[in-house]
Amino acid sequence: MTELSPETPGMGHLQQGRMPLWLRPVGYYAYSYKRTWRASITTSFLYPVLYLAAMGVGLGSLINHHVHNVDHVTYLDFIAPGLLAATAMQIASNESMYPVMAAIKWLKTYFAMLASPLRVDDLLLGHLTWVVIRLTMVSSIYLLIMALFGVVLSPFAVLALPAAILTGLAFAAPISAFAASQENDTGFATLQRLILVPMFLFSGVFFPVSQLPEWMRVVAYCLPLYHGVDLCRTLVLGQLRWGGDVFDVVYLVVLVVVGYLLGRMTYHRRLIV
Amino acid sequence: MTSEPRRDDAPAPLVYARGLVKRFGDFVAVDHVDFEIERGESFGFLGPNGAGKTSTMRMISCMSPVSEGTLRVLGMDPATDGTKIRSRIGLVPQEDTLDLELTVLDNLMIYGRYFDLPKQVIRERAMQLLEFTQLTDRAKDKVEPLSGGMKRRLTIARSLVSNPELLILDEPTTGLDPQARHLLWDRLYGLKQQGVTQVITTHYMEEAEQLCDRLVVMDHGTFAAHGTPRQLIDRYSTKEVVELRFLSGEHERVAKDLDGLADRIEILPDRLLLYTADGDETLAEVHRRGLVPESALVRRSTLEDVFLRLTGRTLVD
Repeated sequence: MTELSPETPGMGHLQQGRMPLWLRPVGYYAYSYKRTWRASITTSFLYPVLYLAAMGVGLGSLINHHVHNVDHVTYLDFIAPGLLAATAMQIASNESMYPVMAAIKWLKTYFAMLASPLRVDDLLLGHLTWVVIRLTMVSSIYLLIMALFGVVLSPFAVLALPAAILTGLAFAAPISAFAASQENDTGFATLQRLILVPMFLFSGVFFPVSQLPEWMRVVAYCLPLYHGVDLCRTLVLGQLRWGGDVFDVVYLVVLVVVGYLLGRMTYHRRLIV
Repeated sequence: MTSEPRRDDAPAPLVYARGLVKRFGDFVAVDHVDFEIERGESFGFLGPNGAGKTSTMRMISCMSPVSEGTLRVLGMDPATDGTKIRSRIGLVPQEDTLDLELTVLDNLMIYGRYFDLPKQVIRERAMQLLEFTQLTDRAKDKVEPLSGGMKRRLTIARSLVSNPELLILDEPTTGLDPQARHLLWDRLYGLKQQGVTQVITTHYMEEAEQLCDRLVVMDHGTFAAHGTPRQLIDRYSTKEVVELRFLSGEHERVAKDLDGLADRIEILPDRLLLYTADGDETLAEVHRRGLVPESALVRRSTLEDVFLRLTGRTLVD
């Protein structure tokens, strides 16, 4: 018979620390990330390089040749901050679809967490905290590569990092809420095809929204990604318009808050029976 | 159980329930049950699938809210102190919730961090627990390819990372082969000797007999009986049982010829059970009456017989 331990049975709780409960799931995500970080870091470097090279430099040289500049800057300077916001959207959405479904249904990680001191709200907050960490990593790399490509950065560009994180969260919070309400993953493909991809194309990442016909412009103004792109671009290029940028921030913060509240609802409904 | 009134100087029970109810919509899964679980004992919930065992377990482990009634775990109310309670209990859920893509050791390390235990403490305890559950060789392996028995042992190891006062095991050995089951029973017996209070649900009467000091027989959300395994057998069954098998289809007819031979006769689809004080004597009488069964077996009464008596059904269909 193997003796378990010389410790007094049942006294384990005396050794437990006071780390906030919502921070504890981050340990799990970090452990899991160790498995895939190499691939993930490579992609984080590679995608911005490929996009900036192909679209910014390649396509950009053609555009600059014909129209000289877009909104008074080179095409590379125009597209780089837009891609920063779009990447934040993509990363945050990906982290909030299949991984949330897996934690509920496939791996049941959330149920393992709920058997520990963690509460349902801690799972949601922990997940969003991890998304913030991922966004910080990816967006920092993106800004660095933008600088290496010679994108002209204004002093306000440092604020593009929190702006990109906010943009990502504005997707992560409502999409997590949506994911927790789904019985299977078919809804994710629909979300991707019908909402995220069109938004990527028509939110002013690749061309100014002002180029669109009047009615499409109105639609574009309503899209969350438009506000993320607008915020990141004005900060990077130093073309701040106080009214517009404050509105962008308010719009994105409202999405985060509404998404979080919805998420609390769907998480509770799904995990507490 | 509403046995006798508690004395004031008695230590408070680890789990205390009065009029406990769990409803899912109109369905009543647990229907006004009362019980107390004392420190250091192994307490069992025995019953068939759907009896309300898991719902009771999930309420005790503060993962499922109480619909009605009073529940106290470690003296606290799960509705308001869920986090505090869960920091002191270990849960082995019916379905494993291991991370299949991580290693055996990482699963323990991660779980310990939910309790914010110092890394060094988790590591030391994890190594001891892997030794205890005989998984040391697999520490660095991924969980996915492990056998069912190994995964179950890892789940038990994980529930012990926090060194809990109360261990809740929901069907710990369902689906395991006999060898794996006996190993788990041995480990659980070891834990009990070290003073860890255990609450176990099972639909294996053998498991309940092996592991539980006290148990309740649960059926349709209520308790059909409670007591020690010995008490239940004495109260609801006879000392011995004669099992007779005749050609199929003959059991009903043969039962008439056996009239008066035993205290009670159960007719099951595949055999007849004769409840009697002296099995050998009863079997001899069967032969004297000129009946020739295909096979005959004399055995001691088990909790299975208690369950059959109380509910008219076998535990595992």
